[in-house]
Formats: sequence, structure tokens, C-alpha cells
Amino acid sequence: MTEFLAVLVDGLIYSSWLFLIALGLTLIYGVMKILNMAHGSFYALGAYAAASMVGYWLNHGHAPMASYGILIIAAVLVGVIAGPLVERGLLRFMYGRDEMVLLLVTYALFLILEDVIKLIWGVDPYFVSEPYSLLGTIDIANLTYPYYNFILVGVAVLAGGAVALVLQYTRQGKLLLAVIHDREVSLAMGINVSRFYLVTFTVGTALAAIGGALTAPTVSVVPGMGVEVIVLAFAVVVIGGLGSLQGAALGALIVGLVRSAAVHYLPQVELFCIYTVMALVLIFRPKGLFAAAEVRKI
Amino acid sequence: MQRNASHVLRAVLFAFCLVLVSTMVATPGAAQQPVKVGVVTFLSGAAAGPFGVPAKQAAEVMVEALNAGGKVPGYHAKGLNGAPIELVIIDEAGGTTKQVTEYRNLAQRVDLVIGYISSGDCLAIAPVADELKKLTILFDCGTPRVFEDASYKYLFRTGATSTMDNVASAMYVVENKPGLKKIAGINQNYAWGQDSWNDFVATMKVLKPNVEIATAQWPQLLSGQYGAEISSLLSSGADVVHSSFWGGDMEAFVLQASPRGLFKKSTVVLTCGETGMYKLGNQIPDGTIIAARGPFDMYAPDSELNRWFRKAYMDKFGGVPPSYPSYKMAQALLGLKSAWEKSKVQSPADMDKVIASFEHLTFEGPGGKVTMGLGKGHQAVQGMVIGTVKHEGSKVTYVNVKHYPADKVTPPEGVKAEDWIKSGFKK
Amino acid sequence: MTHTDKTPFILLLALVVLLALGPFLPNWLFLLTMSLGKGLVVLGLVVLLRTGLVSFGQGLYYCVGAYAVGSLSQFASVKNALLLLLAGTLVSAILATILGFLLANYRGIFFAMLTLALSMIVYGLLVKTSALGSTDGFNVAPASLLGKVISGQRNQYPMFALACIVAFVAAVLTNSYLWTALGQLSSAIRDNEIRVEYMGASVRSAIHTKYVLAGALAGLGGAVTALAIGHIDPEMAYWTTSGEFVFVAILGGTGSVIAPFLGAIIFEFIRTYAYQYSPNTWQLVLGTAMLLVIIFLPAGLWSAFARLRRRT
Repeated sequence: MTEFLAVLVDGLIYSSWLFLIALGLTLIYGVMKILNMAHGSFYALGAYAAASMVGYWLNHGHAPMASYGILIIAAVLVGVIAGPLVERGLLRFMYGRDEMVLLLVTYALFLILEDVIKLIWGVDPYFVSEPYSLLGTIDIANLTYPYYNFILVGVAVLAGGAVALVLQYTRQGKLLLAVIHDREVSLAMGINVSRFYLVTFTVGTALAAIGGALTAPTVSVVPGMGVEVIVLAFAVVVIGGLGSLQGAALGALIVGLVRSAAVHYLPQVELFCIYTVMALVLIFRPKGLFAAAEVRKI
Repeated sequence: MQRNASHVLRAVLFAFCLVLVSTMVATPGAAQQPVKVGVVTFLSGAAAGPFGVPAKQAAEVMVEALNAGGKVPGYHAKGLNGAPIELVIIDEAGGTTKQVTEYRNLAQRVDLVIGYISSGDCLAIAPVADELKKLTILFDCGTPRVFEDASYKYLFRTGATSTMDNVASAMYVVENKPGLKKIAGINQNYAWGQDSWNDFVATMKVLKPNVEIATAQWPQLLSGQYGAEISSLLSSGADVVHSSFWGGDMEAFVLQASPRGLFKKSTVVLTCGETGMYKLGNQIPDGTIIAARGPFDMYAPDSELNRWFRKAYMDKFGGVPPSYPSYKMAQALLGLKSAWEKSKVQSPADMDKVIASFEHLTFEGPGGKVTMGLGKGHQAVQGMVIGTVKHEGSKVTYVNVKHYPADKVTPPEGVKAEDWIKSGFKK
Repeated sequence: MTHTDKTPFILLLALVVLLALGPFLPNWLFLLTMSLGKGLVVLGLVVLLRTGLVSFGQGLYYCVGAYAVGSLSQFASVKNALLLLLAGTLVSAILATILGFLLANYRGIFFAMLTLALSMIVYGLLVKTSALGSTDGFNVAPASLLGKVISGQRNQYPMFALACIVAFVAAVLTNSYLWTALGQLSSAIRDNEIRVEYMGASVRSAIHTKYVLAGALAGLGGAVTALAIGHIDPEMAYWTTSGEFVFVAILGGTGSVIAPFLGAIIFEFIRTYAYQYSPNTWQLVLGTAMLLVIIFLPAGLWSAFARLRRRT
């Protein structure tokens, strides 16, 4: 029984991490129909920025408890600076082009950002582990878990909830939904689609950066850390159905729990987990779990 | 006619072709003064920080000192029999297919090549070295398969294989925890991790046939998230946890496992732990067993050469001490220099004489003596050193340091590692 | 007015030029051979791209073709290069036929991700197979043709010539296929599947056929690469390898069967130069070069040549 509880807890923690990473990607795809391969780079940027800022903060002897806020601030800064820079400076000129060309653009961007990160921060690992152990630990199922992991869960739920609320209940959110459904008609109705794209991309970037920033205290921040999350994020988004928030959440939950079960009961198959889940979901639900109804012209 | 993008691009393409053609017309190689040494190591990606860049930096330190002459203890002569060494460094990233292409390109521009951290790259490059007749010195990769699967004339490896890392770890663990009953492992799910775990388990089975394997975890390479794995290890009740994790994965594992008490519940063996000690030493609790792939860094025997190497490296690179990849690169360069001087050649055209001298050579490196004793004189053997972490105040020290002579932890000539272990380490 | 397809003649000209220039460019033969191998895989991708399908799993067939060659040469001592290439192509084609039954039902990103998932599952299986060396893979024994050993030799020309001829044949055959009625369906399917069905053609079987063709080409590309490199490993089935093929396909453009080879050659050359001249920032150079091509030539590199031809 306790093993099963551990599977659930571990699965929940991993799912939250996946969801945070995938949220920005599904938002950007849902609105702008861009598959952003540079998503991993923004994740890495968030981690590096957080490591630098919190490192600076702590080295100057400031209050350690404030480091959590600094993490988020660093990530938001990355989003607010890198997001508009990329969107206005590059992507804006590519709208209307084929989806695949945009994919190539984001891939080229990913390559460039990898080296930019290396030029700014070098190849040595960065550590910012104080926030991870600061809050202490809790014992569940005879195992010790740092409270920090549950902050991650909390932030994931908050972020998802905030995005969902904004989309459903605010005026701007409803306008955004209109843009998602039909860009042309929205333009015709006078919605400033260009501005929505800018804001969406910035928010998506910031969310990716937050994922990275919150991961930073649990790992050593090294080059290439963005590459691994790209395919994870894509897989979760596809499992859930593109552009669907609930889909991303459910997809993350399923992948997290399956992986956790594999690790506890059959570690050799961990390698196959996410791809098998993706393949199975796609076989039975070819457009993902929460597939949006598509309108086709005949 | 209007200038447009297509015109511009045509011009660019034409210029590009001109440049290509001009580089194709090779200037005939007159006997060049400097000896060009190609160095291939990771300059990007996850392996750059822990391995690639320390190795590159060691190469730079060594070559600078060797070219000046009179600086390196025991190797006072200038350069290679007087000729200065010129380094041509390229990135080992990009995958095996890319690396074979780049090796062939590099071989056209240099007299010899030193490099390769990834075992896959080493295995792929090996036959090409003989095909191109280019002296190639592998300095770090661990797979024993290179000289087990085939013999080569132009290929040498100045670093020992990874078999001894795990065989010695198992011996150390059994000696220091005689009552152990359960072992567990967490290794990256690829050849390195699989081979390491298999060697460790095989050795344990010979030394302690009744040992129980509580769990073997196989996270993906570069996964970075080990929450579930650590939970599994914690509930396994293992006495010893073996891990061949390296670089960022190892550091992430330490950071995630330490607050959860894994290091207190079990004794953790980190076979590649040494590279993380400088920055993470304070997070690695007492009792953790650390290895350094050989007699390197904190385990290097005291010698003038070692002291000089450490000082020169730290002076040049801001006080950061050299780690084991740095030692192994220095070892490769010094092996080359020894062979070169023994053969007394005056130009790279006489490479065959260098090769003849390199076979079965014994030379001194910053980690002590190196003997090219296996692979028909092409594969180095060295002893293994393992110790346990103990914090004294804010300093990290190593107690219970045990040296394992090469013949105790390395299979003899012509015997495959796994067969040798299963036979009970028959000499 | 009928349009005469000049492509086969251009291909023949290219073949003759390459074979003639080969002996004078010994240092470039290997890179060109690798580019041709890559180009074969990308050719298959272009066939799919024209149909509006992006496969992020061509690495699967590339890897399977390579492993077929490697296994036959290492474990069954098959030495004939042509036989090995044929085996690689055939095994991939059979696998593509089987998987095609499933995949022909998917479109867009779901097609892409499902192909990715299948490729990664094969990757996982190979990683777990220590008999095949896991991620270290194993070396491919030298192959021979007409009594002469052609791979693993100092003289790169025979392997290069074989690659050129194989690429030529594949390109010509694919080009012929693309001019048939079934081949021409590609853009129709991409534009509006339902109308194609109304016309009486089976979209599903058309896609299945194209997928098998792409798989066979990828297997052939993998086989050529395996012989040229002399080493195979599971990384060939990893998603980043498949991603690279997709990028080269988009870079080269889908306008002609020559485009994939052109794109592959230029991509390889840019990457090699980036490695040599900026080893610390080669990713930056490569990414910037790709961006420049996309900005100035949105339909791929081939469109520059297509425009030239239309003007004359």
C-alpha cells in the first residue's frame, strides 16, 4: 500500500513538472499555430537566469526565503525580454507561411539560443540548490519528500488555473478564444490579432522560463538541458490534443503516473513509457484526448 | 535590372563555391616546422562542462609548457624533439556519424589526433585510424571493446578502460561493508551505464554470491529528474547503491537524493564522482564512496610532475583544480612526447618509428606511471584508487583510500572483461 | 502545351560531372558520399511533404536499413555491397508497409508525433539489446563489389561512385513515380482530401504507397551511410536524427527530386565549415545560415535554381 502511495506522489510531482513545461507550448500552438522548437531554449534561459539571480541574491547575504520570489521574477523577466524580442524581431515576419517553415525557423532559433546561452554563461554547471532544501521535508509513505516538490505542484495548478480563468472569464480571454477559433474573422471584427500574438508568445515564453526556473534548484544547470524537455513537452501536448489546456493537464497526469509506476515496479521499461503512452493514445484517439472539433471546407 | 534577393543569393552561392574550390586545391605539404595535433573533445552539450572543456584546458596548459621547454618536470626538452606542438581543436558533439566525417576532415589537416570521450565515437573511429594510417590516441573513452574486438596499428589508448572502475568499486565495497546483503543501482540507460552496472554486479556475484539486488534503476541519459527513482531506492532497503552517473545527471542526483536521506540510508558509490567534488563537495555527505577513473586529482600520488600540473592548471584557470579528464589529456600528451623522444624522429613523416616506440611504452604522467601493457602494446593499464568522503570542518577529505594494482582489477591480454570477471579474476 | 521534364537529364548531367570530378577531389569524396546518403532519406521525406505529411520518424527506417546491412555483414558474412544495399532497402520497405497500415490514418502533427513515437520505441529496443552493442553499436565489415573491396578503404572513389549511381537511380525512379497519376495526387491530397475521394482515388492507399516509398528510400540511405561510415548505432533512430532530415527537406525545398540532394550537400558543407572555423559556436553559425535561407528563399534552396531556369 505504501509503495502505491509513493507511486502516486512521485507521479503527481513529475506530472506537475511536465504540465508546467507543456502549458506554454500548448498555449502558443493553440493561438498562433506555431510549434515552437525553441521552447526548450526558453526553459534553459529561465533556469540560467534564475540560477544567476538567486545566486547573486544569496551571495550578497539577503534573505533566503525571498529566493522563491526571485526565481519567479527571473523567469518573468526572461519571458518579458526574450518573448517580445523573438516575436517582434523574427516570428512576426513569418506568419502566414507554411507551418513547417515556422517549425524550421524555431529550430534555427533553438540552435542560435543554445550557443548564445553558452556564450553568456559558459559550459560550467550552475547551482542554486538552497531553495530546494530550505523549506524542510515531509514524510509520506515512509519516504522523505522536500516540501519544495509540492510548491512545484502548487505552481502548476495555479498556472493552469490562471490561464483557464483568464481564457474563460475575462474579456481579453474571450477575445483570445475568438482569435484561436478563426484568425481571419477576428481580424475582420477589429481585434488586434498582432497584439494578441505578442502577448501570447510572451506569456508562453514566460511559462517555459518559469518551468526552468523552478527546476533549477533541483538540478545542476548545464548546457543542453533544454533539448530533453522539447520532446517531452511535445508528447504531452499531442497526447492531450493540441491547444487544449485540460488535455495538457490530463496528458501530463497520465504520463507522470505511468512513468512513476514503471520506475517502481518495472524500471527496465521506463525508457519506453512516454512514447508507448503517446502511441496508444494516438491509436485510440487519433487527434489526442481532447480533440477540438475541426471545421473543414469541402 | 532590379537587385533582388535571388541575385544576392546567386552571388553569395558563387562566392561560396569559389571559396570551396580554392580550399580544395591543396597546397603541397612542405615539411612543416610545427607538429599539428588535432584534439577532439566536447565543446558543447552536457559533456562539455565536466569533461570536454577541462580536457581542452589541460591540453592548452601542457602544450604551452612543453613548447616553452624546461617547465614540465621530467620532460625538460622543448616540444617534440624540438618541433613546437600546434593544437587544432574541434568539437566532439553531433553524434558518431558526424564525428567520423569530422575525423576524416581533421586527419587531412593534422599529423596526429588525440581525443574522444564517447565510447561510441572511439569504436567508430578505430578502424578509420588504421585506414587513414593516422596516429590516433584515445584519451578517455572507457569501453573495453576497442582492443577486445580488434587489434590496430595506428590506434593507442593512454587511459585505462572502465572495467577497473566497477570491479574495484565492488571490491572496495565488500572490504568495507562485509555485512552487506542488498545492493541497488541507478545508472543511465545506455552502454556506459549498462556496462558499469553489469561489471559491478558480476564482481559482486563472485565476491558475495548471496548478495541480493534490491532494484536496478534505468533513467534516461540526461533526464535530470530522479524523484521516482530515488523513492524506489529509498524503499529498497539497499546497503549499497552503485551509480556511474556523470556530470549534470550525477549532480542532479546528489542534489535530489541528499535532502531525502538516501546517502544516510545507504552507502552510495559514485564511480565518476570526482568531477563534482569541487563544486558540490559540501552536498555530498560523509561515507559516500568516490572514484576518479584512476589515480587522478585527489588520488594522484605526490610527485613533482603532479604538483607542477596542478599549479599550472589552477594558475591559468582561476583556481579551479584539474579534474580527471584534464589528467587523462595530460597523460596522453606526455605519452606522445615519450614515444616521440624515444624514437628520436625529426619529422611527422616518420610516424611509424613513433608507433614502434609507443608500443609497450612506460611513461610518467601526473597520475603516476602508465604502462602500455594491453592490446598488444596499444592499451594503457593503470591502477585504480577509491576513497570515502569525510568532512573536516568545511574541508572535504578522503579517508580509507585504497589502491588497487592494475593486474588485480584489469583482465589480462586477450581475455574479455566479462569472461575474466566470471572466471573469478583468473590471471 | 506539354511540359517536358528536364529532370532526368539534369540528374544524368550531375552524375557524369560528379563521377568525372571525383578523382580530382579526394578530400571531399567522403563528405559527398554522406550527403548523398542523407539526400536519399530526405528524398523520401520530400515525397511525403508534397502530400502534406511530415514524418519525424524517418530515422526508424534509416536505422533499420543500416542495422540490416550491419547485421548481415557482421553476423552472416555477406560481403556484396549491392546485396547489402538491397537488403537494407527491402527490410525497411517491408517494415514501412506494415506500419503504413496504421499510419495512413493520421495527418498533420499527429502523423508526425506517431512516427516519432514509433521511431523512439525502436530506439529503446536497440538500447536494451546488448548483443547489438546497445548505444555503442558495432562496426560494419568492409563490403566489396565486383571483387574489389570498396568500403573501409583509403581510396574513397569506389564507394563514392556507388553512392552517386544509387542516388541517381533512386532519384530518376522517384521522379518517374511523381509524374504518374498516383504521384501527382500528392498535391491534390494536400489541398483537399475529400475531393480526391470524390474523384474516385483512394487517399489512404496513395498515402500508404508514398509512405512505403519514403521508408524504402530511408532504408537505402541508411544502408549507404552504414557502408560509408563503417559503424552503426541506435542514435540513427533518435528523434533528433529524424528532425535533421526534416530540416534538410524544408531547407532544400520540395520542388524537385534534385532539391533533397542539393539541400543535403549544402547543409553538410555548412556544418563542416562551421565545425572547422568556429568550433565553439558552430550551432550559432548553422542556425543563422538556416535562418538566412528561410528568409531569402522561403520555398527552399531549390527555388533559387527553379527561378533561374524559368527566366532562361
